[in-house]
Amino acid sequence: MAPLTLRPGSGQVKFGVVIFPGSNCDHDAFHVLRDVLGQPSEWIWHQSAEIGHLDAVILPGGFSYGDYLRTGAIASHSPVMSAVKKFAARGGLVLGICNGFQILCESGLLPGAMLRNRRLKFLCRFVHLRVENTDTPFTGACQPGQVLKIPIAHMEGNYFVDEPARRELEHNQQIIFRYATPAGEIADDEETNPNGALANIAGISNPERNVLGLMPHPERASEPLMGSTDGLAIFQSMIASLVTK
Amino acid sequence: MSEPAVTADLVAQHGLTAEEYERIKQILGRTPTFTELGIFSVMWSEHCSYKSSKVHLKRLPTAGPQVLQGPGENAGVVDIGDGLAAVFKIESHNHPSFVEPFQGAATGVGGILRDIFTMGARPIAILDALRFGSLEDTKNRSIAEGVVSGIAFYGNCIGVPTVGGEVYFEPEPSGYSHNPLVNALCLGVAPKEKIFFARARGVGNPVIYVGAKTGRDGIHGASLLASAEFDETSQQKRPNVQIGDPFLEKLLLEALLEALDTGAIVGLQDMGAAGLTCSTCEMGAREGTGIEIELEKVPQREAGMTPYEIMLSESQERMLAVAEKGREKEILDVFRKWGLDAVLIGQVTGDGKLRVRHHGEVVAEIPARPLADDCPVYHRPLAPPAPRREQLIEFAAPDAAARNLRDDFLRLLASPTLASKRWITEQYDYSVRTNTVLSPGQGDAAVLRLKGTRRGLALTVDGNGRYCHLDPRRGAMLAVAEAARNLVAVGARPWAVTNCLNFGNPEKPEILWQFSEVIDGMAEACRVFGTPVTGGNVSFYNETRGKAIYPTPVIGMLGLLEDVEARIGNGFRRPGNAIVLLGGRTTERQGLERTFSSSEYAVRLRGVVVGAPPEIDLAYEKRVHDCCLELVRRSYVTAAHDLSDGGLLLALAEGSFAAATRVGAVVTLAGDLPLEAVCFGEESSRILLEVDEKHLADLLRIAAQYQVEARQLGWTTAGEFRVHFNGKVVLDEDVNLLAEAWRTGLTRRMRGAAA
Repeated sequence: MAPLTLRPGSGQVKFGVVIFPGSNCDHDAFHVLRDVLGQPSEWIWHQSAEIGHLDAVILPGGFSYGDYLRTGAIASHSPVMSAVKKFAARGGLVLGICNGFQILCESGLLPGAMLRNRRLKFLCRFVHLRVENTDTPFTGACQPGQVLKIPIAHMEGNYFVDEPARRELEHNQQIIFRYATPAGEIADDEETNPNGALANIAGISNPERNVLGLMPHPERASEPLMGSTDGLAIFQSMIASLVTK
Repeated sequence: MSEPAVTADLVAQHGLTAEEYERIKQILGRTPTFTELGIFSVMWSEHCSYKSSKVHLKRLPTAGPQVLQGPGENAGVVDIGDGLAAVFKIESHNHPSFVEPFQGAATGVGGILRDIFTMGARPIAILDALRFGSLEDTKNRSIAEGVVSGIAFYGNCIGVPTVGGEVYFEPEPSGYSHNPLVNALCLGVAPKEKIFFARARGVGNPVIYVGAKTGRDGIHGASLLASAEFDETSQQKRPNVQIGDPFLEKLLLEALLEALDTGAIVGLQDMGAAGLTCSTCEMGAREGTGIEIELEKVPQREAGMTPYEIMLSESQERMLAVAEKGREKEILDVFRKWGLDAVLIGQVTGDGKLRVRHHGEVVAEIPARPLADDCPVYHRPLAPPAPRREQLIEFAAPDAAARNLRDDFLRLLASPTLASKRWITEQYDYSVRTNTVLSPGQGDAAVLRLKGTRRGLALTVDGNGRYCHLDPRRGAMLAVAEAARNLVAVGARPWAVTNCLNFGNPEKPEILWQFSEVIDGMAEACRVFGTPVTGGNVSFYNETRGKAIYPTPVIGMLGLLEDVEARIGNGFRRPGNAIVLLGGRTTERQGLERTFSSSEYAVRLRGVVVGAPPEIDLAYEKRVHDCCLELVRRSYVTAAHDLSDGGLLLALAEGSFAAATRVGAVVTLAGDLPLEAVCFGEESSRILLEVDEKHLADLLRIAAQYQVEARQLGWTTAGEFRVHFNGKVVLDEDVNLLAEAWRTGLTRRMRGAAA
């Protein structure tokens, strides 16, 4: 199963960034991939029914179709999401950031749902994430237990899933990132787990490990001027996993 | 459909005077129709015509080599080098925010964003200046909640970062209680040659309506809401407030920038205040052409709307574009791609008239230029207020006061105006688009990088209504000075100004006197700092039940950084560095009671609002700025923070708290002034600097060259916060304890805790 089109020896990965009409972090992800990491990157319009010859797809943050209903609910029925599902089914890497994570949950590519933040307000701040599983294409460049400083910016990031599903996530080691203190401890206070996510869950993968949903924004923590470069580890992991595959 | 007959009563209901009505008849050569009367009433409202302020606004300096477009367009435009232009403007949405805080504030943000992107610039930042009454009053708390959520809702959804701003929670007699001020500034950037102007060019060119459908919302928002005082019935004006849809505006923004790239658009104007009326006649008037539209083609949200309603609706997220004839399809295709309504509703004509048809019948035909430009201009009477009788603060003996310094300090740190604004700023997405280099609280001004260049832009908004209440002219100078000082503190050169002037009823001579004084103060300061005024907005009639707000000019100032990597934050970086106070003058005891009586300390802890604002010598202030920039350029400075509300101790505290590691400070103060005045006095022209010891001697030498005072106050520490005064320790506290009071002060109050 290798319909993906890696150019052998090029060391480069072809990323696609989806544009929903209300995406607003699309340019940020594109900037990091193309300008910071030097990867050939393309836009994917939300009405595209095909993903084309790409190695990895980013579902960026924003408000997809206005999110008048539940966040990501309308986007999950868009033409591009049918294409993303097929792409994921044949092993393509899919990273959903913030609204992208919400869309992955609504599409059934990942389990669970987002509730409003515990204080019912939008929250924009740096948080600390503990890497829970380094055996994934998104975290291969991280150390086990490594703490990443990356910002969140969302109203609905309070991850929830029922108890059997949570146990399954734990059992399969699908919980990839948890909100933690700067020292890497898991705590449920508002500073550490600001949105109140169940079990401090900040990012999960599917059982196959090729689809990751993540509430914090690694693309906003990928250059020194932005106050942190910890987000690069995620993109670099993706690139490394694809070029060495 | 028959329209009501135009009677004297109807004219008065439209807020037009008999004299204005005579002039309308003269312009038309006949009696206006009902629709025409409506059109004149909005165009000649105070909000749209500036009829009371025009004669004064003329005194502001608006020219400079950096100015590409001064007042008169949708927004001001300045050259920022590298072939780029910055487009920026500030606008008020006070009245709608009083009537419906969430939607009022949200649509305020929506409106100013449209002003920027209709000029072809992508918006890259929003700032807000907010004024609320005391949080003891639950109504003020709910207004503040609503306003902040409304700004967050709109800005976050459209994906333009809200990077800074300022807020005062000011007790009476500020007048802000139940009459909040919501001023939103937006900054956009575009290549110079892509800047677009609002003109109806080329006879025969088609006029295209873009965006949301027209509904009955917001009718007379400009004339009735923004141009009259408030009373108990004002809440019933809720239907006059518009409803915002940031998702639709996001589509409009993306579609428009893409459509402009086709080159097929020749003119563009936002439909903001006064909607279709204002956009059609202003575009026609600017170019000297006319415009003709057919109302039945305007997309409508509900059936049965009259021409009057369609022309006066202030439904949000709409624009008017003029296309090059024959290239309409290119534009319509772009809008269709983004799923937007775009329809041809008329054309540019050569007869200088605004002609409005409804099902073939002409319902209005007005010469465009007189409608837009010939509103009566008033030289209304001015009069200074009667002299105040006031009781100045009396200082306790220094020793006695020292006993309370710790309590005073903790109370000030936790007071909502001085406490951390994190409760507000965290609700704003300040980092989307990854340009925000100094985010809220990290520097005295917000700093943004410009991708693809080494440059950065800095932005700040400032204005102290209490100072202006006590002395409008000096208060305005202090506002401009503080804005410029905030910019130099991050290492940016002050470049240009936009302003939002919030006042009471200009028909009252003492209010107009305040306005006139503020204009003169601003004009003088802007000249000295070399920062021309490129535009802005006047908000009059901020009065509830006859009681006016403090005169509140808000200065939005843009600064330039040649190298954004060299920006300076306001948090101390490490223990063991020297703390230097740059600027200021050896204050004389004489007059001190007067200036200290106007400080945050006086209003918060002594409950008085009297005296006079701090003295200011603009030439000295300018030298302080130039010196600071030179010190930053030489890389001597590791942190800089201007001294303003709360004075020296607040600045030292904020410098300590901003650092992630919480560096403290030990300072030694001396003199025969009272301790409180030394710690909390708000003397102007002062900047606190953190400096590596090895640069200290050079720094002092350069300050002397600029004829600016500079003295070392002490050192940064690993966590102690200690103040020595005349040989005694008057404060010795762990910085974490102080920081906790400051960090939680506003949040606790917003969650209902008592003072």
